[in-house]
Order: sequence, then structure tokens, then C-alpha cells
Amino acid sequence: MMGDLVGKLSLDAIPLHQPIIMGAVGFMALGGVGIAALITYFGFWRTLWSEWLTSVDHKKIGIMYIALAMVMLLRGFSDAIMMRAQQALASTGGPGYLPPEHFDQVFTAHGVIMIFFMAMPFIVGLMNIAMPLQIGARDVAFPYLNNLSFWLTTAGALLVNISLGVGEFARTGWLAYPPLSELAYSPGVGVDYYIWALQIAGVGTLLSGVNMITTILKMRAPGMTPMRMPVFTWTALCANMLIVAAFPILTATLAMLSLDRYFGMHFFTNTAGGNPMMYVNLIWAWGHPEVYILILPCFGVFSEVIATFSRKQLFGYTSMVYATICITVLSFIVWLHHFFTMGSGADVNAFFGITTMIISIPTGVKIFNWLFTMYRGRVRFTTPVLWTIGFMITFTIGGMTGVLMAVPPADFVLHNSLFLIAHFHNAIIGGVVFGCMAGFSYWFPKAFGFTLDERLGKISFWCWFIGFYVAFMPLYALGLMGMTRRLDHLDNPVWHVYLVVAMGGALIIMCGIAAQLAQIAVSVRDRAALRDLTGDPWNGRTLEWSVASPAPAYNFARTPLVTSRDAYWDMKRRGVAHRPFAAYRPIHMPRNTGTGVIVSAFAAILGFALIWHIWWLAIAAFVAAVAVAIAHSFNEHGDYTVSPDAVARTEDVYLEQLASQA
Amino acid sequence: MLGKLARLSGRLSIVEPAKMQRKIGKGLAVAAITALTPLLGGCQFEVLDPHGPIGVDERSIILLSTGLMLIVVMPVIVMTLAFAWRYRESNEQATFAPDWAHSNKIEAVVWLVPCLIVAVLATVTWTSTHKLDPYRSIAAAVKPIQVEVVSLDWKWLFIYPDLKIASVNEFAFPVGTPVNFRLTSSSVMDSFFIPKLGSQIYTMPGMQTKLSLLASTPGTYDGISANYSGDGFSDMHFAARVMPRAAFDKWVASVRDSGRDLTMSVYRRLAEPSEHVPIAYYSDVEATIYHDVLNECADGSACTDDAMHLAMAKETFGDVGLCNAARILR
Amino acid sequence: MNVQTHPLPVATAPFLPDAFEGVEEHHDAGAITTLGFWIYLMSDCILFAALFASFAVLRGATAGGLSGREIFSLPYVAVETACLLVSSFTYGMAMISAEHERQAWVLRWLGLTLLLGVTFVGMEIHEFVKLIADGAGPDRSGFLSAFFTLLGTHGLHVTSGIVWMGVLIAHVLRRGLTEANRTRLMCLSLFWHFLDIVWIGVFTVVYLMGVA
Repeated sequence: MMGDLVGKLSLDAIPLHQPIIMGAVGFMALGGVGIAALITYFGFWRTLWSEWLTSVDHKKIGIMYIALAMVMLLRGFSDAIMMRAQQALASTGGPGYLPPEHFDQVFTAHGVIMIFFMAMPFIVGLMNIAMPLQIGARDVAFPYLNNLSFWLTTAGALLVNISLGVGEFARTGWLAYPPLSELAYSPGVGVDYYIWALQIAGVGTLLSGVNMITTILKMRAPGMTPMRMPVFTWTALCANMLIVAAFPILTATLAMLSLDRYFGMHFFTNTAGGNPMMYVNLIWAWGHPEVYILILPCFGVFSEVIATFSRKQLFGYTSMVYATICITVLSFIVWLHHFFTMGSGADVNAFFGITTMIISIPTGVKIFNWLFTMYRGRVRFTTPVLWTIGFMITFTIGGMTGVLMAVPPADFVLHNSLFLIAHFHNAIIGGVVFGCMAGFSYWFPKAFGFTLDERLGKISFWCWFIGFYVAFMPLYALGLMGMTRRLDHLDNPVWHVYLVVAMGGALIIMCGIAAQLAQIAVSVRDRAALRDLTGDPWNGRTLEWSVASPAPAYNFARTPLVTSRDAYWDMKRRGVAHRPFAAYRPIHMPRNTGTGVIVSAFAAILGFALIWHIWWLAIAAFVAAVAVAIAHSFNEHGDYTVSPDAVARTEDVYLEQLASQA
Repeated sequence: MLGKLARLSGRLSIVEPAKMQRKIGKGLAVAAITALTPLLGGCQFEVLDPHGPIGVDERSIILLSTGLMLIVVMPVIVMTLAFAWRYRESNEQATFAPDWAHSNKIEAVVWLVPCLIVAVLATVTWTSTHKLDPYRSIAAAVKPIQVEVVSLDWKWLFIYPDLKIASVNEFAFPVGTPVNFRLTSSSVMDSFFIPKLGSQIYTMPGMQTKLSLLASTPGTYDGISANYSGDGFSDMHFAARVMPRAAFDKWVASVRDSGRDLTMSVYRRLAEPSEHVPIAYYSDVEATIYHDVLNECADGSACTDDAMHLAMAKETFGDVGLCNAARILR
Repeated sequence: MNVQTHPLPVATAPFLPDAFEGVEEHHDAGAITTLGFWIYLMSDCILFAALFASFAVLRGATAGGLSGREIFSLPYVAVETACLLVSSFTYGMAMISAEHERQAWVLRWLGLTLLLGVTFVGMEIHEFVKLIADGAGPDRSGFLSAFFTLLGTHGLHVTSGIVWMGVLIAHVLRRGLTEANRTRLMCLSLFWHFLDIVWIGVFTVVYLMGVA
């Protein structure tokens, strides 16, 4: 009877005997309680709920996405430090401090968290904050869906973190290749946590992709033809098209894996006709476009940053756009380069190797275009620019090692080695993380109304930059020495030295993260001095800088009319920016709603119940989620009107601020 | 143009170094090695210190490709730093052209140069991928040795079908003799890899992959699984012992003397998950073991090849003709 | 791409003049929703593509169990197909009625569509139950896993379409043929026809090619 009630769940699922895990859980619990206490102390609960958690404002949702990403960065980075420490400690024959079953969870969680719950929310957050403003829109196409997307992503992140204290996480590596991830070899709940966390978050991502594409296609201000869109918007469009085209493959693949695990089916099993190679193909048919989902918007960020801070138009805009489109299309025909060693035959391997190299052409063009944007410009070395230059150098090296591994015979000796690990961290840290950080410091004033402390920002950059090289160059070397990935212990005094150096690099990166947190804290403290009154702290070029910082809920008091690329720059040049209006019109705005939070809460419960085989709860949670969504569709009071007077009051404040700065 | 490139790369390739290759390849390799200097501290770099022709070819491809790419990468890095510094805000002397955003010449160069390099790389890729296809047997005057490899949780089983012997976590072969591996796995995916000899290949349950390697110097080379396969993965090492023919014959004799047979029941016990398994020799091998592992019937269930034949027979002959079909297939 | 349908004044001012502001404000919510839904359908299409691909890979993986030819009954499937095709037609009639502002007829046609949908799902469940009883359940072989999953996913889509149709009938009863309800009708119409197309794929790839 008890079994029916709680499924496989029992007190034994909590790893009370493992001090490291319980310490981490305790730390997280303390953090949570601390934050809750602060919120209570400041009486912030009501505001938090009505202004933030239930918000349908893309800017606030963007901020929440990035907050989630930052928190998960800390979690994922703790995993990274644990791995580096384990390999440094256990490379001279000792067992280290983590047993294999724990180490295996750590590297799996690190990959999953960093990609799905750090990089993805960060990117989606940046798109949310900047893209609608860049195209002169009042909001995204489906504001309520936007809120739901965020909360579904959060529900997935929640499940991953629950797995730390209740049960275990997958020990399969971040892509959970079968047959290892099948019930026969992974009978625990770890893989189930993996599946449901990704499925729920994946639905959120997919909905967000649909939303963003529709927004870009339909909500642009008049006159903003496709070839006048800011490059970040272009990259956002392409990345979201990739999301919509690739995430269903992930959904289907994980669904098949779960059918194997829950209903004894035979998609990827060893027996009864299952085919594990099909999983590997399918997961990479999603996985490779995923890499470009992450990097394309970062390319967009760099394009905005480099043009703004060189005080110059972006060089080769048209090339940039076509390069982006090329990458988008090509990213779907390279997936096999992730498993040249599967024995596909020379023709197939060579084909996919060559398509992979071809992607480096448009990517190379982009790098050159950024270079020539600086050329004959006036480059200001602000924090975002440092991230951008750091990116251009680092990513070029990462691209080179990537193309190297695209040559199948080279991959035959480098595959799965630490060379590979170094390569993709080179591309992902050098590209995606640097891009996110550049975007973060670039758009922070737009989101919060004050700029970030530059000194700490630069310290953070240098720590990350140097830390990256110290941490990952030794891994390139270790790969060439023949060290494979995911070893929990080894015995090699030479490798030991390199691993200790890499550990040191990770510690330097840790200082970078600490500097970032300090930067945020210091900037909040000094916000009065750092206040951005003009809404245009960087002398920007695109429309997001044409409104107050933070932008009013309705974004634009009057819809701008776009007549050229770099629309705001053009207005400034013609002296027509910020002209006071004789009159304003009423603005329709969507109302905040708690539906997204509630549906996602039920989704999280549904996931948890499925993981632990608590069937009654799963059914109840599913029905509840559907019922709440249906009830929401009957809500006819989804919007309100901002009166012209209210708009005028808000805008007058802004115009006064502007005048005071003139 | 492309034909020229193809010829060029044909000459660049790989096992028999032509003059052209020496010229270009050397220049590029020097550049690559210069870039890698801080890394190249000695012979610790197993991948760059191969002891067999496959590994040697793969090393030259790594160096050649790296060199080719450095043609673009070095200027990009230098230009990034140079442009950033030259056009810093405080440098009033530098030209400032805020509306200069297009130049057909520059655009042509930035598209064409990467295209050219990729064209060369693609040609190298095409030829080398075919040449170094792991499925291709290495041509040699000596008769190749056949070895069947089974990755188990978490150890390696090597079966010599012609010699009817087997060993665990260690195998040997004569120097200068090609080894043709046929590989499968008993449980999950692993990757069979001897870094000093070159190419790795996945081992997969129910699937057979092939690999051909050759060692040109004697020695004991470390072998690993290069694909994570669960808790015991880190200790899944094996030794590849390369020895002169006479020593090899002696080794075979010592295996034959071990007095233990690899029967199906011994195999089943071996297939149970275990770690740190000591080296073991088997003087005789039940002939069907590799077949049964590959066809997933080592546990006594129906073999997949039989099931497939049955299904094919059903397709061809229909249910009625099945009895006849079974007879024909037999 | 988004083509501006109204003429824009020569831009001396960077903002829309009053005359156009109202037009731009509305952005035609219905068209936006429909486009968004269409994009979602494309993603669903890829989900089905992945399942079709898996089915193609596993088609021969019968593991000694029953193959397609032995379990498929074309006449039965033909009736299922007819149900679904006719339901697409009846949905079309509902749309036409909506066009002509005939709310009662919209509801009747929707009801009929719903009934046909339920019949289809019922027949599919019956087929599944029978197969499982015959020892040809989804856990028997890779082929059957792929078969049940592809059809089951389609069936689940039809089921959610049915639930949605029920909700939509309630919407129309409550508010009539409002702008919002017309958009919903349009979206469900896209969804329903899309499922029809997928079914034609299933019928061809799974059944016709399965018995061929």
C-alpha cells in the first residue's frame, strides 16, 4: 500500500551517509532560507509575486532567466571544481575524494546544468531583454507563453537540483548514451531525473522559440525591413529557428528512451531489435544545432558591442546576415562528426568532416567582419569590448582545434580525449560564456537603469580569460598524451602536473566568478552614482537605447518609424530622437498572470512523480496542469490600457532626465 | 583549380612522402610545432609519438591541418590585437571613418581565403579519410593476424580465432604484422584505443566494427577504453604487447600452456561486471563465443542473426513456405 | 517576411504619425497567433519526422516476433482513415459556417468532428488492445515499439485535439463567434488538418508499405 502511495521513494533515497552531498544540500538549503528570510524582512513577497514571478513583461522575464542562469552557473561551476579537484588529487594512484558513482554524477550534472540551465537561460534571457526593444515592439508576440516558458525551464532546473538531495542524478554523461542509460545498466532514478528535467525544460525552450520567431516576423516596427534588423535580432531569429527545428528531435529521442525505461520497449536496448546507434544519431541531430543555438546569439551580441564601442557601423552587415543564415542551415548536416569512430565508412565520415569544415567559412567571415569594424574606428575598452576581444582570440583557437577534429583521421586519435574537452570548452567558454558576459554588461543598464562597476568587470574578465587558458591548455596537452575523458582516477605523475595546473586555472576562473558577484553587489550599492539617466549610456545605435533605462512597461510611448539600419543612430544624427510629443495614445498591455507559475509547478510535480513512479500523483498533477491551462483560456480580462496621461507622466520624467544630462 | 588542389593533396598524402609534401608539409609542420612548442616537452605525447604507420599518418594530418589553419588563425589573432590597439579611443592619429562599413575587396578576401583553405583541407580530408579508413586492411607482405575483441564490464577479452586462444586485458602480436580486429561489446559502448598505434573505434553490443593496426617497433603499449562505460571505466586498461615473431610464438605457446579453456560458462562468469581484472590466458576457446556475443545469444537466448534469417524467410516465402525456407537456409 | 501593407509617409519624423498608430497597435492579434501556431506545428512536424525515421530504422527489427504484414488489417485501417478524413471535411464545414456567422452550425459540425475523432481514437485503442492481447505489445520488439509509439503519438495528438475541441465548444457557447474564438477555431483547424496529413503519412509508410 505504502508502495503505491510513494512509488519507489523512501527515506533511503536521501544520501544521509554522504557528507559531501549533504553538505551541498545543506548549503543550498541555507541559501534558500536566507533569501526567503531577507524577502520576508523587507516585506518583498507581495511585490515579488505580483511584479516579478507572474510578470508577462519580456524585460522582467529576461532578468529572471538570467538570474536563473547565474544561480545555475554557480551550481555547474561547483561541479567543475569538484571534477578538477578529483582528477588533480587522484592522478597519482590514489582514489581521490569522490567515489566513481559520485564522480560520474558530477560530470553528468556539470554538462547538463551548464548547457541546459546556464547557457540556454542566459541566451534566452538576453534575447528577451534586448530583442523586442531592438525591433521597436511593445512586447513579445505571446507574453503569457513567455512567462510559462521561463517557469517550465525553472521547473526542469528544480528537478536537477532536487536530484542532489533525493535519489541520484544520471551517471551516464550529459547525453546519456544507451545502452548505458537503459534500465539494464542504469536501474536507478538518475536517468529519469535527467529525462524529465530535460523534457520539461525543453518544452519551455520550444515555446520560447515559437514566441521569439513570431515576434521577429510580425512585431517589427514599420520600416524595419529584414535587412534593417539589428544583427542580434537576426541571430536571435536564426537561433530560434534552430530551436524550433531541433528541440522536437530531443523531445522525441528522450521520449523513446523513457518508453524503453518505463514500458520495456526496445528502441535503444541491446535486445529485441533495439538500436543504440539510432539514439546517438538522433541526439546529435539535436545536439549539434544546439551548439549553434547557443553561439549564434552570442555572435549577435559581439556584433552589437563591437559596432557600438568602435563608434562605427558594423562592417559587412550583409555578409554577417548571410553568414548567420549559412551557419543555421549547415548546422543540421554535420552531426555525424561527433562519432566518426562508430565505423560509418569513409564516404560518410569524409562528407560530414567536410561539411563541418565548411561551417568554419561563414564563421571565419564573421571574425574578419568584427576585425574590420574596429578598423578605422574609435575603440573604447569597456568591459563588453574586453569580452569581445577575448572572444575573438579564444574562439579562433577553439575553431581551429574544432576543424582539426573535423578531419576524421585526426579525430580517430583525438576523439573523447581531453583534447576534445579542451576544444569544446574553448568554443563554449570563449564563445558562449564570453558572449553572455559581454551581453550582460552591455544590456545591464537597460534592464536596471544603472551601469555595472567597470573595475570589477575588468577584473572578472581577466580572471576568466587567464583562468581559461591555464585551465584548458593543459587539457589540450593531456589529450595529445592520450588521456581520455571522464576518468575518476589514474596513475601518471606527468599527467598529474598538468591536472594540477588545470585545477589552478579553474580556481582563477572562480576568482572571475567571485569578481562578477562582487561587481553586481558593488554596482547595486553604488547605483545612485552609476545611474543611467539618458537611457543611452554607450552612445548606442539600435532602438533599445532610444527609451529610458529601465524601459517603461510599454517600451515605446510611440512606435518608432525605422528608415535605416542602426535606427536610433540615424535618429540621433538627424536630430529627431527624443522629440517631445504633443499627445500620447492609450496603450494596450497584457496583465500579469500566475498561470505560468502554477502550470509549471504542476509540471515539476508531474516530473517528480514520474521519476519516482508515484502514478496517482503523476495523473493528478497532469490533470491539474491541463485544467489550469484550460481555465486560463476562459480568462477574458487578460489586458489593460495605459492611459495617455500615465504615458505622458512617465515620458515627462524621462525627458526631464534627458534634459538634465544634455 | 580544384584538380590542381586534388593533385597537390594527392601528393601531400600521406604514407609515401613526395617532394611536394616535404616542402609544404615541412613548412606547415614547423609552423604547427612552433605553435605547439610549449606543449611538446618530450615523448610524453603519445598521440604525437606513434609507433605504427596509421598513427604516423594521423600525426602528419594533425600537423598539416594545424599548419594550414594557422595561415588564417595567426593573422587573425595578430590583427585583433593590432587593430584594437591602433584604433583605441585615445589614439587621435588613427584614421576615423565611422561610416565606412563596406569594401568589396576586403569582403572578397575574407570569403575567399577561408574557402581556399577549406578546399585544401577538404581534399586532404577526403583522401586521408579513405586511406585511413579503419575498415581498410593494411597492405603488407606478412599475413595479417586476426583478433576478435570483446569489451566487457570492465575488461577486454581478446580472441585469436585462428590460433584458438584467448586472453584478458593483454594481447600480443608480432611487430611489422598487420592486425585485423573485429570488435564488439558484451554490454555497453566502449572505444578500443591504443594511443601509440593510432585509430580508435567504438565497440558496440550487437554490432561489429573493424580496425586494422600495425606496430613498427616492439614494445608494450597502453590500451584504454576511450568511451565512458560506467563505474569501472577508469580501470579498463589493457596492454598491447608487440614483439618479434619468435617471441610472439613463445607468447602463444605460454597462452596454450595456461591450461584454462574459455568455455561458454567461463565466458558468462567473465562477463559479470568486475574491476581490476588481472591478465588471464585461455588455452582453448569455444568456437562460437564471439559469434554468440555479437548476436546477443551468449545468455542462451535466440541469436539475432537467426531471428533475422527467419524474418527474411518469412518475407520471401510467407508463413506457408517457412518450413521449406528453414530447410533451404540450412 | 513582414510586408507593410499600408503606405508609409516619407519619414521626416521617426515615429508613426497618429493616423497609423492605431493600425499598428493592433498588429492583427489573430494573424500573429495563427502564425505562431503554425510555427509550433512545424516543430510538431519534426517530432513526427523523428518518429518516422525511427520507425524506418526499426521496421525490420521484429526480433523473431510478428511483422507488419502479419498484424495489419487494411480494411480496419481504411475505416479509421475514413473517419479522420471525413472529420477534416466536417471541420472545414465548421469553418465555413463560422465564416457565415452561423454559430449553431459551427457547433453542430464541431460536434460531428469530435464524434469522428472519438471513433478514430476508439478504433485505435481497440487495435492496440487486440495486438497486446495477441502478444504483439510494444515491448515485444523494436519494430513494435516504433509502431506503437508512432501511432500512439498521433493518437495522443488526436486526443488532445478532441479535448481542445470540447473546450472550444464551451468557448463558443459562452462568448459566441468572437474574434478570439475565430482565431482559436483557425488554430484548431490547422492542428486537425495537420494530424490528417500525418495520418496519411502513417497510413502510407506504416500500413501500405508494411503489407506490401
